[in-house]
Amino acid sequence: MPPAMGFFTDTTVCIGCKACEVACKEWNQLPAAHGGAGTLSGDSYDNTRRLDGIHWRHVKFVEQFTPDRGEGRWLLMSDVCKHCVRAGCLEVCPTGAIIRTEFDTVVIQSDVCNGCRDCIAACPFGVIEINPVSGTAQKCTLCYDRLQAGLEPACSKACPTASIRFGPIADLKTLAAARVEQLHGRGEPRAYLYGADEKVLGGLNAFFLLVDKPEVYGLPPDPKIPSRNLGPGSLWSVLGAVVIGLVGVFNFRSRRVRSDARPEREAA
Amino acid sequence: MSSTVFTAPPEWHWLVILYFFVGGLAGGCFFLAVLIDLFGGVDDRPLARLGYYVAFPAVVLSGLLLIADLRVPTRFWHMLIASNTLRPMFKTYSPMSLGSWALFVFGAFTLVAFLAALADAGRVPWRGLARLRPPGVVGVIIASVGGGFAFFVAGYTGVLLAVTNRPIWSDTPLLGLNFLASATSTSAALLILLAPRRWWTLPGLHALKRFDSIVLALELLAIVALVLSLGSMARAWLNVWGALLAVGVVGLGIVVPLVLHARARPVERDLTTPVAAVLVLLGGFLFRVVIVLSAQGIRA
Repeated sequence: MPPAMGFFTDTTVCIGCKACEVACKEWNQLPAAHGGAGTLSGDSYDNTRRLDGIHWRHVKFVEQFTPDRGEGRWLLMSDVCKHCVRAGCLEVCPTGAIIRTEFDTVVIQSDVCNGCRDCIAACPFGVIEINPVSGTAQKCTLCYDRLQAGLEPACSKACPTASIRFGPIADLKTLAAARVEQLHGRGEPRAYLYGADEKVLGGLNAFFLLVDKPEVYGLPPDPKIPSRNLGPGSLWSVLGAVVIGLVGVFNFRSRRVRSDARPEREAA
Repeated sequence: MSSTVFTAPPEWHWLVILYFFVGGLAGGCFFLAVLIDLFGGVDDRPLARLGYYVAFPAVVLSGLLLIADLRVPTRFWHMLIASNTLRPMFKTYSPMSLGSWALFVFGAFTLVAFLAALADAGRVPWRGLARLRPPGVVGVIIASVGGGFAFFVAGYTGVLLAVTNRPIWSDTPLLGLNFLASATSTSAALLILLAPRRWWTLPGLHALKRFDSIVLALELLAIVALVLSLGSMARAWLNVWGALLAVGVVGLGIVVPLVLHARARPVERDLTTPVAAVLVLLGGFLFRVVIVLSAQGIRA
């Protein structure tokens, strides 16, 4: 078995060139939005807007400026599916379309998916959506086809600043920890890793170096596995079923006691 | 900020809402028919048959609605059979997988009960089928096991919504309980509404009305508990959805029918009972509209 593979994205060296987005679109032959007609979001330089069924990489532009724009900074982050160790999408998928590969990545088999969309609601990061061409749920595959051929994913290959690093998760974690230490030493105490440890969904196989709160980058501060509600939700339902059932039994049983004294009478 | 607001909506709209409503009616009507069959009086058998008459078509409609909602409807069978191995596809920790199987098995029970009820009423020539209804041993077994599946089908949809990461849905464990209570009350209302006028004097129908009142009261408590359990997320309903929940679901769908049920009138002039039943059905439908649609409009 190959080691667990993934991405380490160092947001401090991202320049927002979107080469990763283009490389992903090109390799995976993803269609253009709106039939190729350009539409402006009005949100900084971000016209991709978010990850979805036809955008498996998305470079986020966060502008943090004072009102007079005298001071400020850009936060740039190339977002992608996190390939969670405890993946909510994989848990809920009723068709078995979502699988964990030999590289410990999470892949949706498009020929199996029937477009029920349960995975979309289950993903804590809002990564998955329907691809309008195939009608199936789609997201980053971490270039499963390239990995099987011994190649690295298209996005990390195209990244000109090495903001997106690809490799064995263990190596990436060592690299990331050293980078955080380096940034702290250079006077950037806000640098930290998001998703590198097991606290977030057992660990994210695509984790990030951030310099602000996760929600600033559009990431959930405390993502959870959807099955957390399965036990409590089922228990409350069973309790309700017992109460309603008992109400029904006593209600109709008292009827029977009264009606047993009368002869059978069919009303229909 | 709740982490659930960073997720994407699954675009479950009117077909899913209709399924939640019709599936609830299928489960609820079958369950009520079983209750009446097993614990009611002998003169209540027509009322029980009515429940079985509703349950089977409702299950068929439920399946069709679910298939129509798939983005690739021709692959509906992937819910039950793994397309690459052709082995059963069954995941105990996926409510949608469990629900698909439950609906499939429950469908078989509703078909048997439907045919047995027709035979019992003399509407089909195979009188032997009537033995598949209580009080015969086989009938009791079919009713009891089918009743269990009926409860599951009526309530699992709420648990399915909870086992996601969407705001509101995943912020409370009480949706399954609420859906179950609503399915039961709307089913009782539907049976009352469908009952021919000549049945209005039947004590069984009065028992059903009393049962509906109790379940409506429980449903009211369940909705209050639901709102409380949402905590700060309940503020997401400080808009038109909250108004619809308060006025449409609680006011028109629960409180008004409870008041109408409490007002005793001579049977021959009693229009309050069918009016109350219509309002209960409307409230149950609106409840699903509010739950399904309000959660999908929220984004970070």
